[in-house]
Amino acid sequence: MDILIIQILNSIFYACILFLIAAGLSLIYGVMRIINLAHGSLYALGAYVTAWAIGTFAAGAPLWVSFLLLPAGAVVVAAVGAAIEPTLLRPLYNRPEEYQLLITFALLLILEDAMHFLFGGTPLTAGAVIDSMGTMPIMNLRYPVYNLLVIAIGIAAAVFLWAFIYRTKFGVILRATSQNMRMASALGLNVKRVYVQAFALGCFMAGLGGAVVVPAQAAVLGMGIEALILAFVVVVIGGLGSLEGALIGALIVSFVRTAGIQFFPEIELAVLYLIAAVVLLVRPTGLSGRA
Amino acid sequence: MQNDASRTGPSMLLILACVIPILVVLVALPKFVDTYQIQLLTYGLIYAIAGLGFNLLLGYTGLLSFGHSAYFGLGAYSAAFMAKYFGVGSMEIYILGGLLITGLVSAAFGYICVRHTRIFFGILTLALSQVLWTLAYKFFWVTGGTDGLRVPFANLTLLGGLIDFKGRDTYQAFTQSYYYYVLFLFCICTVFMWVIVHSPFGKALQAIRDNETRAQFLGVRIRHYRWFAFLLSGSFTGLAGILWVPLNGLVTPDILYWPFSGEIVFMTVLGGFRTFTGPIVGAVVFNYLKVYAVASTAYWQLLLGVVLVVLVLALPTGIVGTLSRLFGKFRKR
Amino acid sequence: MNLLETINLKKYFGETHAVDNVSLTIAEREFVSLVGPNGAGKTTLVNVVSALFRSDSGKILFKGDDITHTSVTERVKAGIARSFQIVNLFDDLTAFDNVTLAIFSRQGKTGNPATLAHLDHEVSAEADAVLAQFNLTSKRKEHARDLAQGERKLLDVALAYALKPKLLFLDEPTSGVSTRDKGQIMDTIASVVRGEGITAVIIEHDMDVVFKYSDRIVVMQQGAILAQGTPDAIRNNDQVAMILLGTSGPDAFTRKD
Ligand SMILES: Nc1ncnc2c1ncn2[C@@H]1O[C@H](COP(=O)(O)OP(=O)(O)OP(=O)(O)O)[C@@H](O)[C@H]1O
Ligand SMILES: [Mg+2]
Repeated sequence: MDILIIQILNSIFYACILFLIAAGLSLIYGVMRIINLAHGSLYALGAYVTAWAIGTFAAGAPLWVSFLLLPAGAVVVAAVGAAIEPTLLRPLYNRPEEYQLLITFALLLILEDAMHFLFGGTPLTAGAVIDSMGTMPIMNLRYPVYNLLVIAIGIAAAVFLWAFIYRTKFGVILRATSQNMRMASALGLNVKRVYVQAFALGCFMAGLGGAVVVPAQAAVLGMGIEALILAFVVVVIGGLGSLEGALIGALIVSFVRTAGIQFFPEIELAVLYLIAAVVLLVRPTGLSGRA
Repeated sequence: MQNDASRTGPSMLLILACVIPILVVLVALPKFVDTYQIQLLTYGLIYAIAGLGFNLLLGYTGLLSFGHSAYFGLGAYSAAFMAKYFGVGSMEIYILGGLLITGLVSAAFGYICVRHTRIFFGILTLALSQVLWTLAYKFFWVTGGTDGLRVPFANLTLLGGLIDFKGRDTYQAFTQSYYYYVLFLFCICTVFMWVIVHSPFGKALQAIRDNETRAQFLGVRIRHYRWFAFLLSGSFTGLAGILWVPLNGLVTPDILYWPFSGEIVFMTVLGGFRTFTGPIVGAVVFNYLKVYAVASTAYWQLLLGVVLVVLVLALPTGIVGTLSRLFGKFRKR
Repeated sequence: MNLLETINLKKYFGETHAVDNVSLTIAEREFVSLVGPNGAGKTTLVNVVSALFRSDSGKILFKGDDITHTSVTERVKAGIARSFQIVNLFDDLTAFDNVTLAIFSRQGKTGNPATLAHLDHEVSAEADAVLAQFNLTSKRKEHARDLAQGERKLLDVALAYALKPKLLFLDEPTSGVSTRDKGQIMDTIASVVRGEGITAVIIEHDMDVVFKYSDRIVVMQQGAILAQGTPDAIRNNDQVAMILLGTSGPDAFTRKD
């Protein structure tokens, strides 16, 4: 029984991270119709930067310093995103879609190696944070308080993003642009700026995912790719470009994964890909997608 | 080249005038360079076959697959399974059996994937290839897991047993014979693909790529044709995988993993995906680039990424496209 | 005998009743013009009959067979072809290849990956003949994207024509073409269509053209058929004159000359 609760908590924890990544991917697609293949690597970058910042500046310092440094990854990744969009993506908007995919693929290659270069091959952790926050009892077992915090951050991010998109002026502009880019620019909206902002926001989400996961899981090479593919599965299941979809997809993927690791570890990933493939076949727009 | 071809109808004489000298050089090459270089070129030719297959989808049908490692890997594993579990050593049996299996799987995967186009097609191909990768990775008692399966060339026979490599110090002999074997198949594949893209079917694929709605209104069954293109594409790539096995001597799940799909995409774009010869040139060049970049820097992916950025932003027609434009200018002057 | 019959055909786009209860019959070998103000639903009607869109309700009969639920390719094979209001070509292929493709498709050869297209002399000859009929011979080797607007329009028609259809829909084949060339294009189309015994439905805004070439004129407004009849009957229909020109009186159509 307590194992079950722990498993459920773990799934939700995992779903929160996945939601952050997938929502960013989905947001970028929704507004700009670009699939960013480097999205997972941006998530990894967020993890590395936060782990590095905490490891460098917060060693021996009180806990609140670490917390102050936690968002560093998200901020850096957002800045990287804001630099990438105008330089690499903008020249390609009126070229065939293949080129956009190719350039983000190039970015993926570059980022993966750049992280190797900057942070070395050994995993970076910020485990001190999770240790110093301690654990809390759940029946007869103990569960890290930090993980609960991440769950709270995930939920807060979801609420915040939802409010941002559906309740603010910027959200209206985003949605208008995603409906019809030409119309939006005809109405006098600055589409260029919207694109930079949307891309940076999407990247910020990925970076945030990495930043909050790193106290619980070390930043390692290759984590970006795994995240990218899982985020794909999430958005395919939930529906590309849909925020609710990202949430539903993230929950489904992480619960299936937890169950998979328990009951069919060999084919756990294969099962996820198959679910994605089946969803694409029977409901091409995803479970909560609109046409 | 494809552009010129569709402009004037390919002129056989011109093509032969270009192809024959290249063939002569390729055939004579082992006399002049060392075994290692021959080996590298063999790899290049094998990737070229994969690239040709891949480009039938990307360049001619307008479908970007991120999962072609699946068919390369399937070909490779089929051959490796035949070697390990059935004691088969004949290259021809590898080819027949491997093509059968990759053909069947690409038919099935294609049936699923061509229900979508654009990014969804890409994601589906990627997801399906990842399924195969996890299976190869996790079912280690059959596939050897990350250790992979060994296929030593010493047990290999070519041409129905006519050539074998038993005994000592046969490595050089193997490299040479295998080079010619691959070169021969490469030529066949190239001719075969050339005919396909210049056939009515090939024209129909290009029509689908350009304007799928209009193609439909000419009575072209687009999904059907995309599926058939997928099947052909997967089979070519599968053949490349089969040929790769004895040369590499070892099959690991890495060749099923997505970065390898990325490499296939990369070499095709490098050469130029809107040209017939682009993937061939791209594959050979890429192979050298990769080998020497890996040797000279630990960060070769970064290098590849930068090259790809330059290609996409500045040279979207790839090596062949750029060269033929330069030549075109040159000729006009 | 009726070649095409639509029964209570409907296609709505939300609030817009683009095609509203249209029952129309087209007889074999007729040359019918479909006219009406912008947004009347002419293109949508053709879209529904050619299966680009599914109808919301109603039936479509072709040669007496119910084809309401058939696909685009099935209707093409049955003998319905169309051109497009907004030119719809294979831009990266040459004019010649655009046409050969239609011929290959008609002959069921597009599934063949093992022969060289340019060695099929029969098809090449036919393609050249079609290009000649549409005065495009000199543009044979040009890529479709490099042609002038008028030539693209003609090539679009030529593609549909090369399918040798029984029923040919032409959606504004002369729009964007200079007035000088208009008459020539219409002459070409009319002679080709009549010569081959093709039934044609043509959407056209130029009433001079419409009166000159049509056997029958169908006037649409707001998704419905407002009137139909011979050119003479339509010419003398005040209500139609109102709709099409915003003026009334018996000589509304001749006023401008
Ligand atoms: N795909 C679509 N989605 C939504 N509305 C559409 C669509 N196609 C057409 N409409 C609407 O249906 C109505 C009929 O349009 P249609 O194009 O059939 O008119 P038309 O008679 O061909 O006009 P024109 O002479 O300008 O070509 C218009 O109000 C148009 O806005
Ligand atoms: Mg219209």
